[in-house]
Order: sequence, then structure tokens, then C-alpha cells
Amino acid sequence: MKNQRLQRMLVTSASSLLAVFVALCICAVILLITGKDPIEAYKTLFGAAGDTKVLQGALNRATPLMISASAVAIGFKMNLFNIGVEGQMRVSLLATAVAGAAIHLPAPIHVLFCLVVAMATGALWAAFAGWLKVKRGVNEVISTIMLNFVALSLVAWAFDAFFRVDSATGSLLVKTKELPSSAWFPDIVDRRLNGMFFVAVLVLVLFYVLVWKTKFGFQLRASGANPGASRVTGVNPKRMIMISMLLSGALAGLVGMRSLLGDVHAYQNNLAEQQGFNGIAVALLGRNHPLGIFISALLFGYLGEASGRLQLIDIPKEITTIMTGIIVLAVVIINEAVKRWDDRRIQHKAALALEAVAVAA
Amino acid sequence: MKFFKSLSTGQRTIALSLGFMLVLSIVRLFTNADDLTSSGTISSTLRVATPILLAGLAGVWAERVGIVNIGIEGMMIIGTWFGGYGAWKWGSWAGIGLAIIAGSLVGLLHALATVRFNVNHVVSGIAINILAAGTTEYLSIIFFKGQQGGGESQSPAGKGGYGQFDMPFLSGGRIGSWRSPDMMGWIEKKHNLPLLPDLAGFVRGLCSDIYIPTIVAIALVPITAYILWRTRFGLRVRSSGESPQAGESLGVPINRLRYQAMAISGGLAAFGGAYLSCVFTSTYRQGQTGGQGYIGLATTIFGNWTPFGVFRGAILFGFPSALKFRDEKNVPALLLVIAVILVAASIVSLLRNKHLLATGLLIGAAVSAATYFLVDAVPQEFVAATPYIVTILVLAGAQQQLRPPAHAGIAYRAGENH
Repeated sequence: MKNQRLQRMLVTSASSLLAVFVALCICAVILLITGKDPIEAYKTLFGAAGDTKVLQGALNRATPLMISASAVAIGFKMNLFNIGVEGQMRVSLLATAVAGAAIHLPAPIHVLFCLVVAMATGALWAAFAGWLKVKRGVNEVISTIMLNFVALSLVAWAFDAFFRVDSATGSLLVKTKELPSSAWFPDIVDRRLNGMFFVAVLVLVLFYVLVWKTKFGFQLRASGANPGASRVTGVNPKRMIMISMLLSGALAGLVGMRSLLGDVHAYQNNLAEQQGFNGIAVALLGRNHPLGIFISALLFGYLGEASGRLQLIDIPKEITTIMTGIIVLAVVIINEAVKRWDDRRIQHKAALALEAVAVAA
Repeated sequence: MKFFKSLSTGQRTIALSLGFMLVLSIVRLFTNADDLTSSGTISSTLRVATPILLAGLAGVWAERVGIVNIGIEGMMIIGTWFGGYGAWKWGSWAGIGLAIIAGSLVGLLHALATVRFNVNHVVSGIAINILAAGTTEYLSIIFFKGQQGGGESQSPAGKGGYGQFDMPFLSGGRIGSWRSPDMMGWIEKKHNLPLLPDLAGFVRGLCSDIYIPTIVAIALVPITAYILWRTRFGLRVRSSGESPQAGESLGVPINRLRYQAMAISGGLAAFGGAYLSCVFTSTYRQGQTGGQGYIGLATTIFGNWTPFGVFRGAILFGFPSALKFRDEKNVPALLLVIAVILVAASIVSLLRNKHLLATGLLIGAAVSAATYFLVDAVPQEFVAATPYIVTILVLAGAQQQLRPPAHAGIAYRAGENH
């Protein structure tokens, strides 16, 4: 049993590695076609790993990705596709920025208050999609896409109409009222690595415990794998959908907090943009497992941080975006192929065993 | 009610459109928002609606063959880039042609992933959106940066425009060198009359200053309907989306059909993108699509997976934006239009003994009307969010009336019974 699990884990990691390798190869071809030297490019891209500053930056960028990937993965465990992490994050960003600036509390409690507000508002926005799915049977993929755009417009309007503070310094960047310093999340390495990194790791650990070590997690996975069967055993699928949507939304609320509490300390347009959306790629590459998510988040964080160096040798850093897209496509294709191969292998083994029994009889 | 039910679908559509026109006309007389039904607004609506329409048709082709296409936005992005590139190098028609080819290839990629490799349709669509954004940004830096008029996120201006078309007599088009009288334009200016100037504005808007690509796009609506519902190929495409096992048992080559339909879907979406970068403007700009691919997806749903439904949705979603383009002052008048329509819907549901719904609609009407008297301007964010909110409401409220292809998005492998 143990051996089999180890084997499966090895196969999974190998297929993810293969996906990354395939993406690197395809991108090398693209670089070649467009007249750039791929070897030079990858030397620069991965050579940056020797630089501590780049590594710190990579961890910092990985922080929101770990959280948004967990938000996506908890839905996936239940066969729910929450594409709305970006929108949920945006709603919670503005709500937290406004609520956090409105009150004064001692430092640790103030931060905690902000995190709770963020989770609550994120969950609230996700609850719409959950409600639509449970009560009206609306596919969550469509509803979360639509709600993303509604969130974008709603937040942009509310920010513009009520909460923007025109800066006295004449800077063009408008923000909300700045959070008092008691709400700031402290840095580990000044201006390079924020303490939210530990929160993200904690989220991954809790995610693991919740999904794999509790009764609720078992019901969640069972309900996702076979809703019919688990319903017979007394698991209410609608309740599970609503709970996992709320959990996913609560995590989505946390995604932007590194940027809000740890960096800008106020809401502005484009704050934490794409961080919710990018979690989907991280969750897919990490196979919805906390350890996989951790490693993939580091990889994407690193690519994002080191890509700037490519511009120094006149290669557009957008090649890493292409790489991300190819990785997503490659990883699902390879997984599918491996799964079919594995199924056939098991079938073959079973057939052999059956034959042996027949011969013995 | 009985009389209405006795009408055919086409007659009902005409009756409803006339009724809508009447509402617009009354609101226009009451508010003096003359642009509400001016020919300028109508032709501008067509221009705004065309890319949405094409994206929606892309959704119809994909979902009818059984593949969910979240990648429409990405295919449109590809269309904007190649449209901009082609128009810059060889001229505007070449831009559209190049875009359609590139878009078809991306559609085939989506088909390859979902059909050959059995990848989850949504995941593949998301990957395509990421890929499209990355690829166009990368290529822009390689090809456009440093060119005259171009830059990291913008193409140089395209060559040549498109022929514009005016109908003779109706909107003052030319026959040879003789300029015919602009009859509809003359009626349209009689603002004090009810209904007549509105109808004239509508007709004139439909046949003046129309770009030829717009005409092509609109022609694709009946063409799509004809192919999907009146030809053998179309029947097979739809069978692939409804029940591929049944189709396969009758010898329909499901996989090949899916590749073909996805190539069409990608080409249509990219045409929509190229419309933005070669017709609506003359340059490619990064982020030009601004989520219109998703609005197209919304019209697919809103239009109940039919071409004419998509057309209606595209016009409906394009109208507020067009009105805003013309003059911001006209947008609040739409609130009154909504109020009147909600009152009408409330009366209808009262006749059907749905008291709760009727009360809800009446409250909505009151809120809408009150908002009109309280605000001077509708924030543009609300105009932007309208298509998405309407789609959510339709999905939540009218799910019984919607009939998506039964097998769209479900994993299927030829030769295996799932």
C-alpha cells in the first residue's frame, strides 16, 4: 500500500517535471524562430538563482500564489471550478482597505482584524456563486467569470465614488486613505520579503490537514469523486458545495493581503492584479496538493522575479507568460496520458492475476 | 395574451421590436434625449456590437459541437494582433484574412487538447487565454517596437480602410455620381412627432455609414443558422454536441467534426478581434479586447445557443455602450426605458398569476425610475457591468427556458462508451 502511494507520487511529480521541461523546449524553439539565443536566455533566467535578492523576491511573489492556488484547489477537490478568485480578491481588497483604515486597534489585533475582514468579504462574494449553483443550478464556471467582471466594475465605481483620496503630493496615483501602521504586516527582509509568506505556508499546512486528515476533508474528496455514492452515505452535496465555495472565497480574500498590508498599505487600481487568476496555473501544476502547490508557486514566483533580467539581454520578459500557458496545457495533457497509461497497467495486472487464478483452478 | 400566442416566432419578434421602439419613442419625447433612437446611435450600436456578435457566434459553433470555449477571449486577442500586423504590412482586408487563419489555428489547438488529449475544456480555454496574451505581448516587442508609429504594446497604423456603404434614397447614398435624397434623414429630424422619427432613425442607422465587414458579420448570423439547422453538416455538428455516442453509432465522424467546428469558432472569434484592430480603429493595442470575448460568451448563453439569439444579445449589450459613446447625457434615459419594460413585464406576470414575481418587477421599475430622477449621470462602470449582470439574472431566473447542448463540456472519447 505504502509502496503504491510512493510510486503514484513519483509518477505525478515526474509528469509535472516533464511538463515544465516540454514548456522550456517549446519556448526555446519560439526564441530561436524569433532570432534570440535560447541558451543565453535560459542561462540568464536560471543563473539569477545565485542572487539572494532574486530568491527573496521569488518567495515574496510566491506568497499570494500559494494562497490563490489553495483557493482554487479546495474547489477542485470538490469538482468545483472557482475561476472567480480574482474577483473575490478584488472585493476583499477594497473592503479591507476601507475597514482597516476606519478603526484603530493595537498592532497584532489590527492585522488580525484586517485578515478576518478580508476572508469574510471574499467568502461573501463567493457565496453568490455558491448560492447560484446550489439554488438555481447555475454552472459555477460561467457565474464566477461573470461575477469577476461585476466585481471589477463595482469595486472601480465604489473606489472612485466614495473612497479615493486625492494625494496632496500631486502624484497621479490615487489611493484610499492609508492604513495606520498598526495594520501593516511586518517584513522579514526589509522591502523584499513580507511576513505574509508565513501565513501562506500556514494556509498550505491547514489545507493539508483539513482535506486529508479530517472527516470533513474526507467527505469533501468523496463528494467530489463520486457525488452519488457519497450522497447515499449521508453527505449532502449541496451543503458541501456551499462550504467549499465559502472556504475558497475566504482564501481568495487573503490573496491580496501581501500587497495591501505588506506593501502599499492602501487600495489603488491594479493592486495585486492577476494574483488571483494566476493561482489557477499554480494549482494545476501542483496537482492540487499543498506540497505541489508550494513548489509550483516558488517556480512561478521565481520566473516572475527573474524574467526582468531577460530584458537586459534584449529578450522580452513576456516569454515567461508564454511558458506559463504552455506549462498549464502540457501538464494537463501529460496527466491525462499518464492516467490512461496507469489505468491500462492496472487492468493488465488484474487480467494477469485473474488468469493465474483460472489456471490454478 | 391569446392573440400574442397565436403569432409565429417571427411575428412575435417583430411585434416585440415595435413595442420596444414605442417605449424608446415615448421616453425620448419625455426626456428630450434625442440620441436615444438617432441614426447615429443605431449605426454606432452596430459597430460596437459586431465584435461581440462574432465572439458570440464563435461560442455557438463551439458549444453546438460539444466543446466549451472559454478561450474565445484569447482567440480574439490573437485576432487583434494578427489583424493589426496584416493591416500594417499589406492592408486592412489582409489583416482580417490573416487574423482568421491565426484564429482557426488556435481553435484547432483547443480542439487538439480537448478532443485528442481529452483535457478539461475549461482548463484548456484558460491556458489558451494565457498563451494568447503572452504571445501577442512577446510578438509586439519583436515586431512593432521601434517601428514608426508602433511600440511595445501597439502596432503601427494599418494601411487603407474599408468601403463604407450608404443606401440610396433611404440614407442619401450615391448612385453613380448622383447623390440621392436622404429621405429617412429628413423624417428623423422631425423630433416632435412620436414613433416616426424613431423608426426613420432606426432604418437610416441600419443603412448609412455601414462598413462592409459589419455587413459580412451580420450576414454570418443567417448563414450560421442555415448551416447548423438546414444542412447535413450542421445536423451532424449538433448531434456531436447533443449526443456524440448516438452520432458515432450512425457513422458520424465526431472527432473530425469537432476539429472543423473549432476551426470555424476560432476564425470567427479572431475576425471579431481583427474588427477591433482594423475596422473599429486602425491599430492593434494591447488589451484592446477588454473582456469582449467573455461578453460574447455571455451572448451565447443569453441567446440560448442560437445565432439570432446571439444577435439580439449583441445589440442589447452594445446599445448602452454606443449611447455612452455618442453622449453621456443620454444614458440615464435608459433607466426610464428599463422602468417601462419592467412595468410591462410585471403586468404580464400578473396576468399569469405570478404575484410575487409581479411585485418584484414593480419594485425594480420603481427603483429604476427613482434613480432616473435622482442622478444626473450613470457611472460608466454600471454600463460596463450590465452584460454580466443581465447574464447572471437570466441564468438565475430563466434557467428553464435555456437549453444548452446536452453534451457540451463533457469528456468524450470516440470508440469508448462512457
